Amino acid sequence: MAPTRDEQHWMYRNMVTSRRFENAIAKIYFEGKTPAFNMANGPIPGEMHLSDGQEPVAVGVCAHLNPEDVVTATHRPHHQAIAKGVDLDKMAAEIFGKASGLSGGRGGHMHLFDTDVNFACSGIIAQGMGPAVGAALSRKMQGKPGVAVAFVGEGAVNQGGWHEAMNLAAVWNLPFVCVIEDNAWGISVAKSAATAVATNDVRAAAYGIPGTRVEGNDPFAIYDAAGTAIARARNGDGPSLIEVETYRLAGHFMGDAEGYRPEGEKDGLFAKDPIPAMRARLLKEGTASEEELAAIESAAEARVDAAITFARDSADPAPEDALTAVFAA
Amino acid sequence: MTKPNERKLTIARAMAEATAQEMRLDPGVFVMGEDIAALGGVYGNTRGLLDEFGPERIRDTPISETAFIGAAVGAAQDGMRPVVELMFVDFFGVCFDAIYNLMAKNIYFSGGNLKVPMVLMTSTGGGYSDGGQHSQCLYGTFAHLPGMKVVAPSNAYDAKGLMTAALRDDSPVVYMYHKGLQGMGWLGTEPGATVHVPEESYTVEIGKAKVVREGRDVTIVSLGLGVHNALKAAKTLEGKGVSAEVVDLVSLVPLDRETIRASVAKTGRLIVVDEDYQSYGVSGEIIACVTEHDISVLKAAPKRVAFPDVPIPYARVMEQYCLPNPDKIVAAWDEMGAMQPA
Ligand SMILES: Cc1ncc(C[n+]2csc(CCOP(=O)(O)OP(=O)(O)O)c2C)c(N)n1
Repeated sequence: MAPTRDEQHWMYRNMVTSRRFENAIAKIYFEGKTPAFNMANGPIPGEMHLSDGQEPVAVGVCAHLNPEDVVTATHRPHHQAIAKGVDLDKMAAEIFGKASGLSGGRGGHMHLFDTDVNFACSGIIAQGMGPAVGAALSRKMQGKPGVAVAFVGEGAVNQGGWHEAMNLAAVWNLPFVCVIEDNAWGISVAKSAATAVATNDVRAAAYGIPGTRVEGNDPFAIYDAAGTAIARARNGDGPSLIEVETYRLAGHFMGDAEGYRPEGEKDGLFAKDPIPAMRARLLKEGTASEEELAAIESAAEARVDAAITFARDSADPAPEDALTAVFAA
Repeated sequence: MTKPNERKLTIARAMAEATAQEMRLDPGVFVMGEDIAALGGVYGNTRGLLDEFGPERIRDTPISETAFIGAAVGAAQDGMRPVVELMFVDFFGVCFDAIYNLMAKNIYFSGGNLKVPMVLMTSTGGGYSDGGQHSQCLYGTFAHLPGMKVVAPSNAYDAKGLMTAALRDDSPVVYMYHKGLQGMGWLGTEPGATVHVPEESYTVEIGKAKVVREGRDVTIVSLGLGVHNALKAAKTLEGKGVSAEVVDLVSLVPLDRETIRASVAKTGRLIVVDEDYQSYGVSGEIIACVTEHDISVLKAAPKRVAFPDVPIPYARVMEQYCLPNPDKIVAAWDEMGAMQPA
């Protein structure tokens, strides 16, 4: 399954938007945090997990999704949120902790919820799995269209909750896809030191469902694998498991010195940056002209600038609003 | 300012030092957790241990808290003395069965025939906008459930002595360290937590509170970071002519009710400061231990300065609005409608 020309443009646009967004966040994140790096300070406080390098996974999967489909994301959610169509203004404002944010500032960067496009996050490893499986169950019981996708990191597969949810999805034959973003690291712990099998596609056998491994962080190959899995889910044929090799170009969180990485690993990763690679491929295959790509890039830049400006210009929440929205209105 | 012969350590270093000293003495002590080996712990409390003791005894784990905390229970029952780290206390949700149904109950279920000598270290606290799954204290949640000792140091001296005591204890100890006291620059750090720590090994008794400031008019009881807020409030109150006594609980289980009661009997007034959620928790327990014992010692209704019963919000203005701070403690005194101090 290959993406159409329009889809390829869409994928490139969302990858670039995501990267520009992360670059902007990274820069602003350090405001107020130099010379002494204190996470509590600056316009964007708290932990910050960037997704630079992992954009192909988000776009390759979300190219097949509609707003009605459900996505659960992780502590590293920005690329997935952007590809799923989460409102960028409100998302930026949430990350700035503003009243105009998705959750009025209550959630923050690890808790982005956009009900318009059925997007949710959890900062607890693997805990997006249950809710995604539950959404798939709900669609099936209600006879409503839509599939559910849970994105997790490769570190998440060693959680009991991950296994329980996979099995539940399989035994009930639910319209669910688990996408594992394998960036080889869970903070400082290498995949090889944490997971007993080299690749997690083989785990699908434990649930009697299809499992696929996509190498090389290639958006086209991801598109292909995700297309098959999502079509299968839409057809009522049950869940699938996809593991994608991807690269974390940033630290685990901002401020991570990454002393645990082998010497030179990062240089090798930057050389494989998927965005220039996709750009080159679009040009080479004649799917986009230099002018078209430049237009996509400047539009993405403008979109990100507008979102950041919106976030910066928005008002802080009223402090006492912290006490509201605990229970449903 | 460090004086001559002073050896100021952060809580992180004090914890690592105590662990290393016990590991040298007892080959049964070993450490398991996420990012505790090469990284030295996200909060620095296992730094240097991998170099000295190697990967057999300093074990990075998969993100499998149920498995490795459950494994610690099994190893503890089998003659080892494991230390496990739950990186943020908020993550207890994925592994609580191993903690409260196994770790906390197996001594009892065995009629006292088993020992479960293990330490569960876990970080607590917010104040740096990390959102509602990375900022909780949950002191009351752990202290509520019988069968585990629970400690929470406010400074590096207690941190080292409590860690040594915990490592020598034959019962499970939950060791709750506050991120804001840890001495990791990137979280900002309460300077009062970094104090002189003797190099030689020593213990701080589990189950004994400390009067860290003497006073006559009001007792402020707290733990962890709250002790520093209480001390700051006490200073402000001093400027108003109010003499505040500050009690550092040090341990939640066992709870040193005697020290609390003796202090309130002296001052007649009680303010409890707790960064954990207000209802059904530590603050209620402290007040109950005074009032059920002798309500006649109280000259005013007790007050609590605790986190309101809402998930912890991300936005700085909202989180700071909810958190205890010295001003709120002073306001609690003002609201007590207290008699003029003697
Ligand atoms: C249950 C639980 N345990 C531990 C953590 C702390 N933690 C946050 S991210 C992370 C590593 C996750 O690795 P992976 O799933 O591979 O995702 P990545 O960070 O590489 O995107 C850990 C251990 C957590 N959030 N939840």
